[in-house]
Amino acid sequence: MTDTIGTPILEAPAAKGARDQHMVLNMGPQHPSMHGVLRLVVEIDGEIVVRLYPEIGYLHTGIEKTCEAKFYQQVIPLTDRIDYLSPMANNLCYCLAVEKLLGLEIPEKAQWLRVLLAELTRLNSHLIWLGTHAMDIGALTVFLYTFREREEILRIFEGLSGQRMMTSYIRIGGLAMEPPLDFFDRVQKFIRSFPEKIDEYSNLLTGNPIFRNRLKGVGILTAADAVALGVTGPNMRGSGVDFDLRRDMPYSGYEKFQFKVPVASDGDCWARYEIRLIEMRESVGIIQQALDGMPEGPIKADAPKIVLPDREKMKTQMEALIHHFKIVTEGFAVPAGEVYQGIESPRGQMGYYVVSDGTAKPYRVHMRNPSFTTLQALETMCKGRMLADVVAVVGSIDIVLGEIDR
Amino acid sequence: MAETAKKSLSGRAAVLEAMPEHPAVKAVLAWNPEALADAKFDRDELTLTIVAGQIRDAAVTVQAAGYNFFEDVTAVDWFPSSPRFQLSYHIVSHTYKERIRLRVMVDGDAPAVESITSVWPAANFYEREVFDLFGIRFEGHPNLKRIMMPDDWAGHPLRKDYPVEGYR
Repeated sequence: MTDTIGTPILEAPAAKGARDQHMVLNMGPQHPSMHGVLRLVVEIDGEIVVRLYPEIGYLHTGIEKTCEAKFYQQVIPLTDRIDYLSPMANNLCYCLAVEKLLGLEIPEKAQWLRVLLAELTRLNSHLIWLGTHAMDIGALTVFLYTFREREEILRIFEGLSGQRMMTSYIRIGGLAMEPPLDFFDRVQKFIRSFPEKIDEYSNLLTGNPIFRNRLKGVGILTAADAVALGVTGPNMRGSGVDFDLRRDMPYSGYEKFQFKVPVASDGDCWARYEIRLIEMRESVGIIQQALDGMPEGPIKADAPKIVLPDREKMKTQMEALIHHFKIVTEGFAVPAGEVYQGIESPRGQMGYYVVSDGTAKPYRVHMRNPSFTTLQALETMCKGRMLADVVAVVGSIDIVLGEIDR
Repeated sequence: MAETAKKSLSGRAAVLEAMPEHPAVKAVLAWNPEALADAKFDRDELTLTIVAGQIRDAAVTVQAAGYNFFEDVTAVDWFPSSPRFQLSYHIVSHTYKERIRLRVMVDGDAPAVESITSVWPAANFYEREVFDLFGIRFEGHPNLKRIMMPDDWAGHPLRKDYPVEGYR
């Protein structure tokens, strides 16, 4: 395992004897394959990566600080903006954490819908990953195909919450509102045709010799390194560590669903590619189970002092109007304490650490984001390989810079 | 543990009495009972407060006890009370499928703790983040530099005496 000391590389060491001098190359922050504003300072010997140092923080907006100045329910729109490719996963994780602090029971239908939406979000996120990853390697067509399906998911989200990307649909105590009448039919129609779409991507990529050669044996991460460096999610399972929070520490009713957790042992980019393709198929299975077994009942917890009343009730009942006014103007007090809630986001283990001092504003909100830790393993994966492989590796670990910098 | 899980326990004695067989509690007691300053079991989460200065050895101990995956470290600023900073380490066990929290309280002036990067290299970025945003030093960290803010930034934004908005 290489060290993760990562001393910043400002200038290359002087050449020794007859050897050529190393060169320092800045990739990013404005570089098409850097998935946002990631800057990599790479020391190269010819084409071979000697050292690599990620420089981050270009997108730091101080979300954790902002959270401390907001009411609990006002934090939800901020969580959308952390990882703009999987907003529902962030909403879910934050709401679960606050509900744990409150000791709030969530109705079953809300839990099942949350699982359904979390998996749709996973599909959404994996589709973008697949499109951009293939595009980095040079297979441009796949991008157009994956965005075709992503568009349908975004339309479903739009019908559901009124927003395509920043949904804020999952709320403390349940969901924002009842899903529209055609929601379940649309989801059903989408996932019925989706497995053949995955076959389509697979036909374009899996047998493609260029794509294969660019990924096979590239960016190898051993299981021991993955655990030591805190890599989670599909990246960790691609290295042979069999751990998935959905199965091993279930939340939001995941224990009621049957699904397989794919594990590969190679630890290279190809393994990560295959794992995510299988994960998409498993997600389709989970969504199908959620649709088939969707329970009846309310979608909000029965806690009038915490959950906003329905619009209809607010206009006809005095009590509801008072509660609405109180929640919006004063928030709701949350019992003092600290909780950490972990979920399996599309990118790995996400966690929200929420500390309450008994007031209506969180004392501290901290997000553990999978991309942030995965970035530490980048040097281990790229060292001793060609510079062009860095692009393949960065694509394969599926990072989102909004999540890293927060 | 699942049976005791529903009720909350506060204080070292209560936790030691109710869950002496918990692998992390057992390991810490076997290593150094003095190092365990306090313990808490609340909302299904076990928190072990470790005496400042012992965190690295405590990390080695729980790692050997099966808590193999370091997930997160962050700080909480309890300004103006003393000790001012709380560091929370979240560690997951792939074997027990469970998470524990190690907690260290750190004093307000010239706050510093031992780095656990030699136990889990994954702590590298997280400790840098805490250093950057809270100004807590991690001794033995290989590259303790700001990570989010620019290198020439003055102040530590997540401290409670740092304003949320306005000019510096």
